[in-house]
Amino acid sequence: MARIAGVDLPREKRVEIGLTYIYGIGRVTAREILEKTGVSPALRIKDLTDADVNKLRQVIERDHRVEGALRTEVAMNIKRLMDIGSYRGIRHRRGLPVRGQRTHTNARTKKGPRRAIAGKKKVTK
Amino acid sequence: MARSIRKGPFVHDSLLKRVAALNSKNEKKVVKTWSRASTIVPDFVGHTFAVHNGNKFIPVYVTENMVGHKLGEFSPTRLFRGHSGNNKTDKKAAPGGAPGAKGGK
Repeated sequence: MARIAGVDLPREKRVEIGLTYIYGIGRVTAREILEKTGVSPALRIKDLTDADVNKLRQVIERDHRVEGALRTEVAMNIKRLMDIGSYRGIRHRRGLPVRGQRTHTNARTKKGPRRAIAGKKKVTK
Repeated sequence: MARSIRKGPFVHDSLLKRVAALNSKNEKKVVKTWSRASTIVPDFVGHTFAVHNGNKFIPVYVTENMVGHKLGEFSPTRLFRGHSGNNKTDKKAAPGGAPGAKGGK
């Protein structure tokens, strides 16, 4: 079982794709890693030798910030914005879109499911 | 798009001059400014700016973490008082002059 950075990689997938199951590694980074280690991207994870897995692990540990470390970094960046009281920090605090999107309609990803407004009449035909 | 590095950060000239004067005299005075677009440079740390928000001046005490941000980011221009019938947000957002500066979680 190939286990890198605390994540089990799917056995049946190509390495190129399998690596993207690690938080912080997407298609581009995955290909970069494979080029550096000389592992063929077409191999399936289950076909990797232990040496291959070790090489991948080493490169990822050396050159990339993944999983927990990356998550804390992102959280710290957001926390910094909130602590200095900047506009972006306030938007994060309120759970509203941060980058100037409209909130008159849409923005549901950030705002979550619609909350019912008391006293508003429902339009029924 | 990000600003070209060749130009360096934008800071209003008069603002730089004011701060340089304060620094040379080792003074700390509130600097009133309308220049919301000015980047906060390391020289500004420790000073307080009164940044105009279109209505009044919001005092902004500059800390090290704020370097690289714009002055306007700390002087919100909109005041959200909550929607009608939503008493909870009414009470939280209404007091205090700075629109939405604090409150919420």
